[in-house]
Amino acid sequence: MSNRFLSSTAKNLQPSGIRRFFDLAAGMEGVISLGVGEPDFVTSWKIREASILSLEEGYTSYTANPGILSLRKEISKYYRTKYSLSYDPNSEVLVTVGASQGIDLAIRAVVNPGEEVIVIRPSFVSYLPTIELAGGIPVPIETTAETDFRPTADAIRHAVTDRTKAVMICSPSNPTGTVLNQSSLQEIADVCIEKDLLVITDEIYAELSYDEAHVSIASLSKMRERTIVINGFSKGFAMTGWRLGFALGPDDILQAMLKIHQYTTMCASTTAQHGALEALRNGWEDVAHMRKHYQRRRNYIVRSFQEMGLSCHMPGGAFYAFPSIKSTGFSSEEFAEKLLHEEKVAVVPGNVFGPSGEGHIRCSYASSMEQLQEAVRRMEQFIARHSTQEPFLVDQKTMQT
Amino acid sequence: MNEKEVEVLEIIEHNGRLAVDTIAKMIDMSVEATGALIRSLEEKKVIIEYATVIDWAKVDNDDTIKAMIDVKVTPKRDVGFDEIARRIYRYDEVKSVYLMSGAYDLSVQVEGRTMTDVARFVSDKLSTLDSVISTTTHFIMKKYKHDGTIFDEGDADKRIVVSP
Ligand SMILES: Cc1ncc(COP(=O)(O)O)c(C=O)c1O
Repeated sequence: MSNRFLSSTAKNLQPSGIRRFFDLAAGMEGVISLGVGEPDFVTSWKIREASILSLEEGYTSYTANPGILSLRKEISKYYRTKYSLSYDPNSEVLVTVGASQGIDLAIRAVVNPGEEVIVIRPSFVSYLPTIELAGGIPVPIETTAETDFRPTADAIRHAVTDRTKAVMICSPSNPTGTVLNQSSLQEIADVCIEKDLLVITDEIYAELSYDEAHVSIASLSKMRERTIVINGFSKGFAMTGWRLGFALGPDDILQAMLKIHQYTTMCASTTAQHGALEALRNGWEDVAHMRKHYQRRRNYIVRSFQEMGLSCHMPGGAFYAFPSIKSTGFSSEEFAEKLLHEEKVAVVPGNVFGPSGEGHIRCSYASSMEQLQEAVRRMEQFIARHSTQEPFLVDQKTMQT
Repeated sequence: MNEKEVEVLEIIEHNGRLAVDTIAKMIDMSVEATGALIRSLEEKKVIIEYATVIDWAKVDNDDTIKAMIDVKVTPKRDVGFDEIARRIYRYDEVKSVYLMSGAYDLSVQVEGRTMTDVARFVSDKLSTLDSVISTTTHFIMKKYKHDGTIFDEGDADKRIVVSP
């Protein structure tokens, strides 16, 4: 037993529920997966080509710790153009290994052991463990479909204690697809200003907002100084495997994140940074093209869920639908496992994103229309087979949206 | 052309077999309205045909030969290139005709059963037309990409089945 060598932190860390479903589905033949948290598009050729060219030209060494200056300048310009936010490329922009590393650095740079970070749930699976790894205490706020998974100011205010350091938000959200609009963000901002809290905002799905322009909480009045923005190339540019993200924030916080980054990581991949530079300069048509496809698939799959009797709020962004499966009487895990075994459709049970995700499943629509149609056909069969005598009660409000 | 019409066209250009109710959901309109919209596009001949892209190279007994022919012509007063183009596109062997800028005037795509068929079409029919000055025939050896569709690339999903 080498177990005795493990740190208690590592020992106590919960394995991800997503991992379990990966193991269940991985060995099966003919599975249609709605369980994938990444684009089905391959990175556009011009981006791939720019990286290949950088290799041909011999860009194979470390870059500056915070990333290539030209890339930092382009990131700064991106936030200036899109959000009218100005970040100094020399001291307020950090290129990271995916948004994932950005989240980790942000938390490590600000959280002291025992301090609390408020997390809006259902939430991306890595927030809680990352906070715990930094010695912090995650304080979840549960939200429900009734409020489109938006947190209220009151709920946040109630969760604040004198140990609260920060609030983590994610918009558009993984897993619910909810977009926090200007007024939702303003509510959160008001509490943060009142209680002097920092905001860590995960904007990795910002380019995948369908019904309205994405708003960054950092652009609200008095918020820039208390906000760390996390973003990256994974979702909007279909670059998940490149592991490239970035963080923006006030000078002193960014410099603290940079210190940790330089000792633990040195710099993000040089080759990937050259691709990302091309993405920001010339990749916007491809982003628009992919967004248009996701939007049509979203419309299709959400309507299909509603028609098969699964109430489902219309997600404003990301590429996830988060329908309720409560009408079937199954728990999320039961539903997902039975669906996988009986119809070979992989989805992620909602409870892995927190207790408020129970009764829901996360369905990614980052798949071709052919795959989505087949998944819908199989799910209809599944629901018909397991339907109780009475027809499902379909939520009138969500049917109309 | 309104926004929804353009959207329908974009969708069915790549998949003419989607059911109307599927398209209706995708564009967030009723099935009736979507059906009516498609019918009107068909009537206006905006939608000309529902075609299929086939990789004939994968069909064992496919023996059609395809060629692109650069054609130089003398344009005629008043009708310019249109008259000669019309004469050319009426032949069954001709699959497409474009008026080009540059070294020659018309680009004509021709299909035949054998190379001799194509050669005979060019020498007997095309070259002998009054206004045709010269032709240069290029046989197509392999299709890599056609009308935006890549032919020789496996599009296997390389993603893992479940991820965060
Ligand atoms: C909300 C959210 N944040 C961050 C990430 C990680 O992104 P990256 O690939 O840039 O590390 C993901 C990936 O699924 C995500 O869904």
